[in-house]
Amino acid sequence: MANPQSTAKVSQRPASAAVTTTGSSPAMVTLAGWLVPGLGHILQGRWIRGILLMLAVFTMFFAGLGMQGKVYSFNTGDLLDILGFVGDLGAGVVYFLARSMDWGAGNIHRAVADYGTKYIVVAGLLNVVAAIDAYHIAIGKKQ
Amino acid sequence: MTFELSHYNAALLFALCASTVFGITQRNTPKDMFRYGAYCFVLFAVGVIVASWAMWVIKH
Repeated sequence: MANPQSTAKVSQRPASAAVTTTGSSPAMVTLAGWLVPGLGHILQGRWIRGILLMLAVFTMFFAGLGMQGKVYSFNTGDLLDILGFVGDLGAGVVYFLARSMDWGAGNIHRAVADYGTKYIVVAGLLNVVAAIDAYHIAIGKKQ
Repeated sequence: MTFELSHYNAALLFALCASTVFGITQRNTPKDMFRYGAYCFVLFAVGVIVASWAMWVIKH
């Protein structure tokens, strides 16, 4: 008869039992994963996953900029603008880079520019999903 | 720097990147990640075509 403990799923393990491969804290890998897309996975030895996530987020962000999409700045105006800022902020260091270089002014004369704006927002949101995934790996909820 | 893409190619690039992240983050094993990513990509691509025809039908 199988030992119930040995057959427990990864998701059923207590969070305190999890140790990252580098000894990094879950909060640190989450923060790293947010700041640099994929870094949270790379720090835990998931190189291929980390590089693929980095490629996906960077491709979306820079393709959005290339389509002359808009990068939102902090604002307290329209609700959609506020949400756009929150989404963009999820991209981490590339958002701050884009703001500091004054990229992403937007272009209302091009239909594809609106796609670009959405690309940039979704790149940020996907990066947040990736950072949370890194956290789940760090606490042992996921392999 | 500007980037010229048709609407459908833009949607496919979006689908590719989003599917990659969904596959990696929503499944545990590499095989399942690939399968789920491919599944999401197909849903995105087919969804765009279906939505496009639906809009065409509404317009006409």
